[in-house]
Amino acid sequence: MHIPDGFVSTELSVAAFAISGLAAAVSLKKAGKDLGEKQVPLLGVTAAFVFAAQMMNFPVLGGTSGHFMGAVLASVLLGPLNAFIVMLLVLSIQCFGFADGGLTALGLNVFNMGFIGGVIGYCIFRGILAVSGKSKTGYAFAVGAASWLSIVLVSSVCAFEIALSGTAPLKVVLPAMAGVHALIGFGEAVITVSVVSLVAGVRPDMLHTRIAEAQA
Amino acid sequence: MKKFGFVTIGLLVALAIAIFASPFASSFPDGLEWVAEQTGFLHLSEGYAAWTKSPVPDYEMPGVGNPAAATALAGLIGTLAVFIVGFGLAKLMKSGKSGGSAA
Repeated sequence: MHIPDGFVSTELSVAAFAISGLAAAVSLKKAGKDLGEKQVPLLGVTAAFVFAAQMMNFPVLGGTSGHFMGAVLASVLLGPLNAFIVMLLVLSIQCFGFADGGLTALGLNVFNMGFIGGVIGYCIFRGILAVSGKSKTGYAFAVGAASWLSIVLVSSVCAFEIALSGTAPLKVVLPAMAGVHALIGFGEAVITVSVVSLVAGVRPDMLHTRIAEAQA
Repeated sequence: MKKFGFVTIGLLVALAIAIFASPFASSFPDGLEWVAEQTGFLHLSEGYAAWTKSPVPDYEMPGVGNPAAATALAGLIGTLAVFIVGFGLAKLMKSGKSGGSAA
C-alpha cells in the first residue's frame, strides 16, 4: 500500500506532509509518556518486526500479493502515538534506504499507515474491545477485527487520495482497492492476533492495552 | 535478564523473517500496484523517482550476485537499522518524559 511517486497530486502531497509533520511533532513530544520503562526496547523490536514482516509479500489471488502493515499491532503493543512513530520510522527507512514508497508520497504514506492505520486503527480496536472485551477471546476478536478494518480503511483512504488527485475515478479505484485489501486484511488479522496472543501469553505486562484492563 | 530475553527473542524473530523468509516473498504486484495496472495508471509511477540515492533499492543489496542472498542481506541490514533507530528514539522520548506513567 506504499504510494509511489506519480500517483498523487502535488497539492495533496504537500498537504499530507504538513499534516504528517505536525502529527510527528506531537507524537515525538507526547509518546514517551505512553511508554513504560520496559517498553523502550520493545518499540525498537516492534519497528524491526514490522519492517521485516512488510518484506514478506504473500500471494492473494489472481496474481496479486499483499503484505503485513503492522499499524494495529504496534498500537495494541505500544499505544497509538508510539504506533504512529513506529510507522513513521519504518516508512522513512523504506523510502530513503530501499526506494519503497515515493519520497513525494511519504507524507501521504505516513498519514495513511501511521495516522489512519495506527491512531484510527487503535480507536477502532478500543471501540470493539468496549463491546467484546470481557475475555481473552473477546480481546483477540477486537485485535483481529481492528486489524482487518485497518487494512480496508487505509486502502480506501488511499483510493480517495488517488481519485482526488485525478489519477483514476473513485467509482473504479475504491471498490478495486477495498476489494483486494479485504482479502489482504485477513492476513493482517491472522498475523496480528498471533503476535499479540503470543506476547499476552509470555509477557502480558508488555501490552499497552492489557486484557485485564478490558475486564475491569 | 528475563525482560532482556523477551526483547532479544523478538529481535531474532524479526531478523529470521528478514533473512530467511523474505527471499521467498511473492513477487506478484501488491494490491495498489495491481489496481494501478488494472485501472491503467501504473505508468505514472514508472521512470520517475523523486529520491534516487537509496543505498539498497528494492530490497536487493547491490553487488551481490545471488538474488536470494541480496534480499536476505538487505533484510538483515534494514531490520537492524530500524531496531537501532527505534530503540534510540524511544530512549530519547522516554528520557524527555522521565516522569511518565508506565504503559
